[in-house]
Amino acid sequence: MKRILGGVIAVLIFIVLALAFMHIPFGNIDLAEYHYYNPVDNEHTQDSVPQHYLDEGKKETGSTNIVTAVVVDYRGFDTLGEVTVLFLASTGVGSVMYIFEKEKRRKVRRANAVVETASKLLFGFIILFGAYIFVHGHLTPGGGFPGGAVIASSFLLLYLAYPRFHAEHKSLNVAESLAGLTFVGVGILGLFLAGYFLYNFLPFGLPTYLFSAGVIPVIYVAVGVKVGSELTGIVDAMMGVRE
Amino acid sequence: MDLFTLVSLILIIAMLIAAVVAAEIKDLLSAAIAMGIVSLIVSILFYILQAPDVAITEASIGAGLSLAIMIFAIKHTERWEK
Repeated sequence: MKRILGGVIAVLIFIVLALAFMHIPFGNIDLAEYHYYNPVDNEHTQDSVPQHYLDEGKKETGSTNIVTAVVVDYRGFDTLGEVTVLFLASTGVGSVMYIFEKEKRRKVRRANAVVETASKLLFGFIILFGAYIFVHGHLTPGGGFPGGAVIASSFLLLYLAYPRFHAEHKSLNVAESLAGLTFVGVGILGLFLAGYFLYNFLPFGLPTYLFSAGVIPVIYVAVGVKVGSELTGIVDAMMGVRE
Repeated sequence: MDLFTLVSLILIIAMLIAAVVAAEIKDLLSAAIAMGIVSLIVSILFYILQAPDVAITEASIGAGLSLAIMIFAIKHTERWEK
């Protein structure tokens, strides 16, 4: 009975979602057909917000990657909130899962030599790739969040290959706090220099160069370090449950 | 039917099969692996829909971190669903 009811509810939800998604345009649409309301000038225009980002984004933010321009520059305050949510989640996991280390050395089975050697060799390369992703966040696809996740997965590799491995809690916390302070500090510096929180006050430089787009690379490096250390902390809390 | 549609269709059908397996199977370890397969196929779909940044995040978090954490939880509890 329960299963049949569940199936009926699932089919109903599917039908409702299908009806809702039927009207959402997918892929190439003719933007000229649509009219958008512009609250600043109180008029209907042809220019949508996404179109504005695509046309003017490079000029206004200096970032080659428009996704990064939206995430860090236009919607920078949202990103600060997102990072805060991740910080709270990691703190919650740490406080629930943390168990004081007992000095009882239990027997752990070691992984075989191939796994240990390969993970030792790959670890550095995966961290390098993660750092590449968030350092080049304003030029190529990716950014602070994917880069941080890749860095955390490299630590996960070490946790899987070496059952006794534990990341240094102190250095994780210091990296996380410094990165968060950098993000907020850059925002407050913008407030003092130009009157807006997270204002892009550094020179934009030449587009497609590494040192371009003002404060966007600084913020994305901070976000990458912060996300990487937080997710590593979560992995440590989950994997490091000592019995 | 062009190649893009065909590949997407095959991937989506494989993803649906993996999702049903993850929900129905009694072996929780296999269910976790099936969920990892779902995330992996989703990340491939993100890549061919031209969202490589989302694909990287999905592959590392969905198929990597959450799968490992789930397997670790299964290791500390029971493997078979009653």
